[in-house]
Amino acid sequence: MRAPIQRYRNILDFALSSLLRRKGRNLALICVYTLVIFVIASLIFFVQALKREARELLIQAPDMVVQRMVAGRHDPIPTIQAEAIRAIRGVEAVQPRLWGYYYDPVFGGNLTVMAASDQELAVDSVWVGRGVARSMRVNEGDLISLRGYGGQPILFAVQKILPEASELVSSDLVLMSEKDVRALFNFPEGLATDLAVTAGNPRELATIAAKIVELFPDTRPIMKTEILRTYEAIFDWRGGLMVVVLGSAILAFIIFAWDKATGLSAEERKEIGILKSIGWESSDVLLLKFWEGAVVSLTAFLSGVLLAYVHVFFFSASLFEHALKGWSVLFPRYRLVPALDAYQLTVLFFLTVLPYTAATLVPIWRAATVDPDAAMRS
Amino acid sequence: MASSPMRKSTLCLSLIGVQAALFLVMLLHANAQKDRAIHQRLSSGILVRRLGLTDLCLFTEARYTRHPAMADRHAAFQDHPMGLDHFPSGSLLAPPTFPSPHARTHPAVPEHP
Amino acid sequence: MIELVHVEKTYQADLATPFTAVDDVSLSIAAGKLTVLKGPSGSGKTTLLTLIGCMARPTSGRIHLHGLPEDTLPELKEGDALEITSLPERFLTAIRRRTFGFIFQQFNLIRGISVLENVMLPTYPTGEDHQRVEASAIQRLEALGLARHLRAPVDRLSGGEAQRVAIARALINDPLVIIADEPTAHLDSKLSEDFMELMGQFKSSGKTLLITSHDPIVYGSPLADRVVEMRDGRIVKGS
Repeated sequence: MRAPIQRYRNILDFALSSLLRRKGRNLALICVYTLVIFVIASLIFFVQALKREARELLIQAPDMVVQRMVAGRHDPIPTIQAEAIRAIRGVEAVQPRLWGYYYDPVFGGNLTVMAASDQELAVDSVWVGRGVARSMRVNEGDLISLRGYGGQPILFAVQKILPEASELVSSDLVLMSEKDVRALFNFPEGLATDLAVTAGNPRELATIAAKIVELFPDTRPIMKTEILRTYEAIFDWRGGLMVVVLGSAILAFIIFAWDKATGLSAEERKEIGILKSIGWESSDVLLLKFWEGAVVSLTAFLSGVLLAYVHVFFFSASLFEHALKGWSVLFPRYRLVPALDAYQLTVLFFLTVLPYTAATLVPIWRAATVDPDAAMRS
Repeated sequence: MASSPMRKSTLCLSLIGVQAALFLVMLLHANAQKDRAIHQRLSSGILVRRLGLTDLCLFTEARYTRHPAMADRHAAFQDHPMGLDHFPSGSLLAPPTFPSPHARTHPAVPEHP
Repeated sequence: MIELVHVEKTYQADLATPFTAVDDVSLSIAAGKLTVLKGPSGSGKTTLLTLIGCMARPTSGRIHLHGLPEDTLPELKEGDALEITSLPERFLTAIRRRTFGFIFQQFNLIRGISVLENVMLPTYPTGEDHQRVEASAIQRLEALGLARHLRAPVDRLSGGEAQRVAIARALINDPLVIIADEPTAHLDSKLSEDFMELMGQFKSSGKTLLITSHDPIVYGSPLADRVVEMRDGRIVKGS
């Protein structure tokens, strides 16, 4: 067994010497290659982690949310409809949800204001998410002032800041009692933002939804499976930014491959002739070129993936922040839990390392089969 | 006889070996984060259940990016999948394609030319 | 050692203008002797070398090799003659590696690579122990006065030094036969004489030498046991 291993190592030695001849060029190649893999792997890690959190968390979302539509827009729904829906067979509970958006003119960000029926939540007090506390620079015990519907300032005491661990769902939340929400927005009694429906048997949801639409044709039931599907489709590869990133990465890659495929110079051809004349077989030449491709692509793949992991899970994908932030003033800061998908990593491997190595091998194929006497006749 | 420096293949294989080891450490690290994940999900899960939350808080600039699952069917970006709107995050969010019972009775037709 | 029977090599036989480089050559080359192939350029000397050295196949005719070591090929018995024209490519490479050491007219060193590595290159595919090969390569280079240049890239060497690297490379597999194609073409008289002196050393160590040349220093040398003159692909004198 020793001889074959030595053969691989010997030829690897020569492949490295050969690569080192064009040190600058090959180093630049590895750097660009690493960068391409880094960007793609960062995206994959980031998207996978978010998708997994969405799956794990939103499985606990309401079975169904019923919205009322007026002129194609989401409109408050009369709570009286909750009674009718509760009467439908299979419905276990109907909970009106009262929530809305509040634009804070002081720091210029949007908040989500929501009514919470918690015993601990005092009147004239709020619980705020970490993002809100950060943006408004408030701590527990401070007072915040929100503008009421008539322009009058309303003061609330910050009773609690929601735990950091929940920032992924709660960053922009301002929780207050139902009475306070109605007072702030002048939200009439008897109306709610939407209705959260719980079914006894989740398999009956489709039937229940059909009955609700029949009963109230102006409503739109949104089932939990649809909520989950929304987040499966999020960051879809067809999305604008994904297309741009993947497109440029693939383009960069094609340039590499093109450079390699057409890069078989007369010099290289002559070298192959020399190697053959001193006793190398075609398979040895192919092994040499395989090593040259494999060393570059394997190093780049491993460094790219490792850097991406550190970037996404230790630095919260900070390089993407500006793209993701967009116009948001209130930007949630969540530390993602690593979600490594063996399938995605394997696909990435096969889409990057293999084509590159193949691109180095294919043009050699014909040159490697030249007659060894070519070197003599030159 | 000149003392021979380390073989290039030894250096190269050790480098790749170190990288592979780090790769393994990465996999182990990801696995070891399970506890943090459970804690984090517990904390978030309580809020999701108690408040009946339907969305992750990812982008806060517009209602259809803050609550994509609850967004109006006619929100600007839903007119066309490739339609560019003025929020960058709109390009990250695909329009919901779910067939709700409502959609089945009233198939969505693009209103705008 | 080497026996050629009615060997012919025609290039581009399928085209309208075929060119016969070697035409009906029968020749027997003795072991342990220095044979010189003499003739003007284009007389077919180099082509004949590539045929003998298993680099190309003749269009017709037979080439027999005698006295190859048993381990050159599987199922080869000591004393057997081997007919090489019908062997598959893989075996030809194995024979070439074990039996022949080539010194090319253009030296054919790999540019940008160190002297030491150039010399070791022929052994790489055989998977021999790296340290042992390195030690033997260093020893050979030292014997040829190249100790200073071991780690230098070959591009920096002078013509004479480059040829000595090529010689060290030809010897690394300890071949039975050394084949040199116009070895003195790029050397001055002094270096040419040094080269012949080296060849004398190899001959006395039992190697078979086969050299093409039209340089009187080579074919007029007292070391040359036999001079075969070629013209237009045929042997005109000395067969």
